[in-house]
Amino acid sequence: MRKSVNRVWRRVMANKLISEMGLPKSIANIFAARNIHTAKDALSLTEFELMELLDVGLAEVTTAVSSISEISCPPYQTALSLLEQRMHNEHLAGHLPTRLKGLDAALCGGIPFGVITELVGPAGIGKTQFCLKLSLLASLPSSHGGLDGHVVYVDTESKFSSRRMIEIGVNSFPEIFQIEGMAQQMAGRILVLQPTTPTEFSECLQKIKDSLLQHHVKLLVIDSMAALVSGDGQGQCRQHPLGWHMTFIKSLAEFSRIPVVVTNQVRSHSGDDPFHYSFQDSRQNLDFPTTFDSHLVAALGIPWAHAVSIRLVLESKSGQRFIKVAKSSMSPPVAFTFAISASGISLLHDDGIEMTGPEINAICGQVLKHFNVASSINDAHNIKYFRDFEVTVVYSIKNWSFRVVCG
Amino acid sequence: MEVSSLPISASHRAKLISAGYISISSLSSISPAHLARDLGISENEATGILKVASQRGGPERTIPSHHSIVDGLRAQTAWDMLHEEESCRRITTSCADLDDILGGGISCKEVTEIGGVPGIGKTQLGIQLAINVQIPLEYGGLAGKAVYIDTEGSFMVERVQQVAEACIKDMQEYDSFLRKDLPARQVNLQANDFLANIYYFRICSYTEQIAVINYLEKFISEHKDIKVVIVDSITFHFRQDFDDMALRTRLLGGMALKLMKLAKKFTLAVILLNQVTTKYSGGSFQLTLALGDSWSHACTNRIILYWNGNGRYAHIDKSPSIRSASAPYAVTGRGIRNLASNCKRVKLILRARLAHDEHICRSLI
Repeated sequence: MRKSVNRVWRRVMANKLISEMGLPKSIANIFAARNIHTAKDALSLTEFELMELLDVGLAEVTTAVSSISEISCPPYQTALSLLEQRMHNEHLAGHLPTRLKGLDAALCGGIPFGVITELVGPAGIGKTQFCLKLSLLASLPSSHGGLDGHVVYVDTESKFSSRRMIEIGVNSFPEIFQIEGMAQQMAGRILVLQPTTPTEFSECLQKIKDSLLQHHVKLLVIDSMAALVSGDGQGQCRQHPLGWHMTFIKSLAEFSRIPVVVTNQVRSHSGDDPFHYSFQDSRQNLDFPTTFDSHLVAALGIPWAHAVSIRLVLESKSGQRFIKVAKSSMSPPVAFTFAISASGISLLHDDGIEMTGPEINAICGQVLKHFNVASSINDAHNIKYFRDFEVTVVYSIKNWSFRVVCG
Repeated sequence: MEVSSLPISASHRAKLISAGYISISSLSSISPAHLARDLGISENEATGILKVASQRGGPERTIPSHHSIVDGLRAQTAWDMLHEEESCRRITTSCADLDDILGGGISCKEVTEIGGVPGIGKTQLGIQLAINVQIPLEYGGLAGKAVYIDTEGSFMVERVQQVAEACIKDMQEYDSFLRKDLPARQVNLQANDFLANIYYFRICSYTEQIAVINYLEKFISEHKDIKVVIVDSITFHFRQDFDDMALRTRLLGGMALKLMKLAKKFTLAVILLNQVTTKYSGGSFQLTLALGDSWSHACTNRIILYWNGNGRYAHIDKSPSIRSASAPYAVTGRGIRNLASNCKRVKLILRARLAHDEHICRSLI
């Protein structure tokens, strides 16, 4: 707890008051007289501007700026001490295992703490399923490999299904869920927020930040990010519409050291999407979109793509679903085949396929040729996660098993 | 030389000019008491002004000749600089093709900007360089330490461990492959030794970013063996929520100058990782590095990492001494490596070793 409080305190280094920095009285008074109160005010001006404003010589300004900088600079640590700190204080050195062996191996243990992990893919591919499973894993007691904590699930598209989550729980961890009252306890740890407007979404985020520390929140899921944002900051737009949220969520993840999982939608590639630099002769190079049989790109644009630390692309191709580690500073580019079953997501092979080319980033949106719905479809809940496919069958079939052919 | 160019406070400057002291030579033979009376300031302040003036006006007082002017302004002849440039060490990137187009590796003493789309491998290259700077001298490295300034949280310690372990394995392979006839030499390094030599700063706002760059001068004078400073990325805190673009340009310009000064003063490599954005040019949207046109002039060297066909390529976009070229590279479990086969790896170490030997020979001449 103390560590998190220290981090919160450190957050406001930029707002540290000059009057409290122990500078010589004379120069401290001059700063105050000119309305420069915080480190941010002082460091936002160049040394010459400060000279003009404060009416002092260069040498004095340089000394003052260098003292202010030294005091406002965050403390350093060696990479070794960082590693030791994480191994000592955090679960599995700062990872939430997904129970998908191959993926966990690629991610050095699981979804990392302190950074944003993004799941991007076409509708119906399994992003929400993945999120439900992760929510469950975070709420499990540590004796069963969980984080033993609360989960905040921000559901912007009303996709959260607690029935489905319990089903995943019962099928994946039968020994826990068969115990009396465990299902209730686990489900009780997952707090679902459903904002319906962008304003409500912003308020949600603020409230989450305030209550993160008190309620032992161990995972934050935002499903999905793109739903309440218009446009994706493309082309000339300088101020990204998502700008504030991006930095806010990133700093939330950083100071609370919890995993943050965000889902993102896809949109069709438009003619305006740039793929080349000015020095690349576009006649020479292969035209990126037409090489791969997809015309989909991740929504929210390039600045968002830079802000996330791990990007997992989910796609389907030739009737097979893939989960690809498209961006990760600690994994080589690998892809795994997966399937959705009663116990959530499972990998078909734990050995990934290494993809060295740009196809690791491509998002293929071929609709699945057909899939078997062998288990009984009793209620509308189960239909919900197949709704995005072009299903030309009446929904209200009860207790029948049938094949749905689509696409 | 004009009084208006002296680094003194504005009011002192105004007083000097209104009292008739326009050029520095007019201050050369005046006493502090006299100046204090003329300007209406205290004798201490007058002494301060005269001190600054004498530091600046030095060369003019001596007999003008080429060498003394050169000495007073701390300039060097191009011939001296040539010797320096040639003996300057370079940090290998572990990819032979990339090292080739860079003239041996990343140059120490200059600021190099590396930009690319998300996921292309910028952080990977940063981590690889933070490890490679520590390679011991006997293997052709610099035996230095690294400063890693992380503004985005992309520094993953597990990955640094992987890259360090791979580097040690490479050194062991080099030993066993090329020194077969010599008695076996143990590489006494562990991955943790590499980790202990990377100084990590986590920056959360642009104020902290400016503060740390200001503080680096003092920090590096206290830790003399730092040979590389990596900022990952320089863009993040300057991209969002910056309403005043003119302020941004000024701050970035100030940072670039300070970093160049650091690189030159301490003979280290400064590497700035940058993001991409889109710009409209020639009738279509194109990719370009972020932070605008004025920033693009700030760095000495600029390398763009991009996707081309089936592989990752690095393109030298701007450099005063190396010609523009592209080379392929790969991001593997072991770090940045050649796109081609593994046998080139040992060739790379051999090349570095030969360069090291050549350097020793040259310094003996």
